[in-house]
Amino acid sequence: MKLTGGQIVCESLLQEGVTDIFGLPGGAMLPLYGTLPQYPQLNHILVRHEQGAAMAADGYARVSGKVGVCWATSGPGATNIVTGLANAMMDSVPLVAITGQVGRPSIGKDAFQETDVTGVTLPVTKHNYLVMHASEIARVIKEAFYIARTGRPGPVLVDIPKDVFTEEAEFLYPDFCDLPGYRPAFDPDVKEIESAAELINAAKRPVILAGHGVLLSGASEELRTLAEKAQIPVITTLLGISSFPESHILSMGMPGMHGVAWASYALHEADVILSLGARFDDRVTGDISRFAPDSKKIHFDIDVSEIGKTLPTSVGVVGDIKLGVRKLIPMVQQKSHAQWMRRLEELRDEHPSLTIRKTPKLLPQYILQKISQITESQAIIVTGVGQHQMWAAQHCTFEEPGTLVTSGGLGTMGFEVPAAMGAKVARPDKQVWSIAGDGGFQMTMSELATIAENKLEIKFAILNNNFLGMVRQWQEFFYEREYTATHYTGNPDFVKLADAYGLTGIRVDNSADVEGAIRQAINTPGAVILDFRVEQEENVFPMIPAGQSIYELMEEPTEIEEPA
Amino acid sequence: MTAVAYEHTIVALVQDRAGVLNRISSMFRRRGYNIVSLAVGHSEKNGLSRMTFVVNCDDVTIDQVRKQLDKLIEVIEVTDMTGLASVTRELALIKVATSLETRSEIIQLVDIFRANIVDVTIDSVIIEVTGDENKVDSLLTLLDTFGIVEIMRTGRIAIPRGMALGG
Repeated sequence: MKLTGGQIVCESLLQEGVTDIFGLPGGAMLPLYGTLPQYPQLNHILVRHEQGAAMAADGYARVSGKVGVCWATSGPGATNIVTGLANAMMDSVPLVAITGQVGRPSIGKDAFQETDVTGVTLPVTKHNYLVMHASEIARVIKEAFYIARTGRPGPVLVDIPKDVFTEEAEFLYPDFCDLPGYRPAFDPDVKEIESAAELINAAKRPVILAGHGVLLSGASEELRTLAEKAQIPVITTLLGISSFPESHILSMGMPGMHGVAWASYALHEADVILSLGARFDDRVTGDISRFAPDSKKIHFDIDVSEIGKTLPTSVGVVGDIKLGVRKLIPMVQQKSHAQWMRRLEELRDEHPSLTIRKTPKLLPQYILQKISQITESQAIIVTGVGQHQMWAAQHCTFEEPGTLVTSGGLGTMGFEVPAAMGAKVARPDKQVWSIAGDGGFQMTMSELATIAENKLEIKFAILNNNFLGMVRQWQEFFYEREYTATHYTGNPDFVKLADAYGLTGIRVDNSADVEGAIRQAINTPGAVILDFRVEQEENVFPMIPAGQSIYELMEEPTEIEEPA
Repeated sequence: MTAVAYEHTIVALVQDRAGVLNRISSMFRRRGYNIVSLAVGHSEKNGLSRMTFVVNCDDVTIDQVRKQLDKLIEVIEVTDMTGLASVTRELALIKVATSLETRSEIIQLVDIFRANIVDVTIDSVIIEVTGDENKVDSLLTLLDTFGIVEIMRTGRIAIPRGMALGG
């Protein structure tokens, strides 16, 4: 049966099990949008800015485990999704972006709303395509989804000229992909796992460094079995948070620049580091030459290029984390590591990084602790980047896989609004909390209209300090407290803003009102914006300054308290 | 493994599609790998091309170059030829200024190097030379005294000896 290119796109998406699309139309996408009413199974969510579409698809993918889908038109529509693609690329999130392109006769002529989108997105996608014939659409979409979700997941962009959407072709969805250059690693080699087991069994001070790979391969149970059997403490990277229950006695929290001190010290003192789907990035390691110098590193990763990329490893195991850990479990011996456990207890006692100081001031740390307690760690917490993100990583307790959605590698301000939208669409049964700074929130708050339109019950906690908080913190520490271009003096009234969108806004100025406000937000139907007027010059501690090491770790000063 | 930078030869079998070269060069640029030379041509297989890269870097970096290249969807196979028994060649076209007095001397040099003269004018010749880079460099050094007008070099191509790699 002959179908138009637009119909083939929709049919192909249905074949891939797509149910939700985040997008915004434009000239080049009109023929595709024209076919959409024929496919009521495809729920299209109309965003207010294309970056919202890409980031919503990202949050959707992280929470659902499915491939997120976003649509944008040619030129500015497509360039608006670039940040979202880069974000998904850095954090290995499976996305398929479909963009309209100017008609084939206009390509290369600097036509209205023409951009070389495959050129622009080349370094921020796992792969991309420009489809020049309707007959190629089905194959390309099949490949796009396959590439996006297999191996190390990532975003794939499919650029389709306007007249290809209207061209007719025979629709036949292929059964398999013919990609001779794409052989994603899957089942890891037993020999390497045996070498890993040998090192682990001989270790006196082992730690597991669990990264996003554990969540992406759904290996949380295996991780737990392994850790419990061999009694190995589990340190989680920012993106590895929620892969291991934080109430577990072996949970050691997040290490690195703003990690808890005991986790950073544990990495430093370990004799074997077993990295499971974590890539030893600079926020974890700091100065690589002084990072955990006395340890052998075992690196499980599905992406062979990650092994040995930033530091030398003793054993590299390439393949799916779940399969790899499953094979590893029977090879490791039951251990107690009593002496090591005692040392770790000492470290916790000596460096109590998560103690919130007593003060009448409204501290962001306290707010996050309360949100986590009141939601009983059942909510999905979504953050952007900066102080609010680090405080959420530190002071919320995560128990269930996939309950933290955060912009890790790229560090994208504003991610918290659309990503929360995507998370809520993916899991309407779950409470979704978007933790935001006043800076990031204002980058993407145009999506409040989308949220209102689709009646998405998202609870926003804006930690409003009228500053670009993390940048201000660096200015305080490293630039003589010269607050250049970080002080926001023209912030809107977020309570009135909520009202303008028909949402509920609540202002909180005192810590005594925090619990009540959180409960009120939960009990109020629809989206709620909590405007927490927090302490302005609060800092995130501990801190290992960029490019430094554990020796430069700064803990919260003890005599910070001044009279209220 | 050594931290010393030297020239590595990498051969990649790639799909012959629009944009492949762009993807590869973009990867090299973005990750800061230094390409000394790059030669591309059809392979024995329909729709597939072979590229020979010469990259100046240390052993750790070349390991990354190989892995990052292999990660590209349209790159089918990557072989590090460094240390493998292989035949490597480069072709150069060299335009040299001549006069009645120098021409015969140049012809003698060309003979010694088993090179060819492929074009002659009153005041210049074009010499075609094939060999490894050392041979080409040696000839260039000698010709320099006569006045080299223009040089075109293809960059290194390499093929493994015997049937070991098949490919």
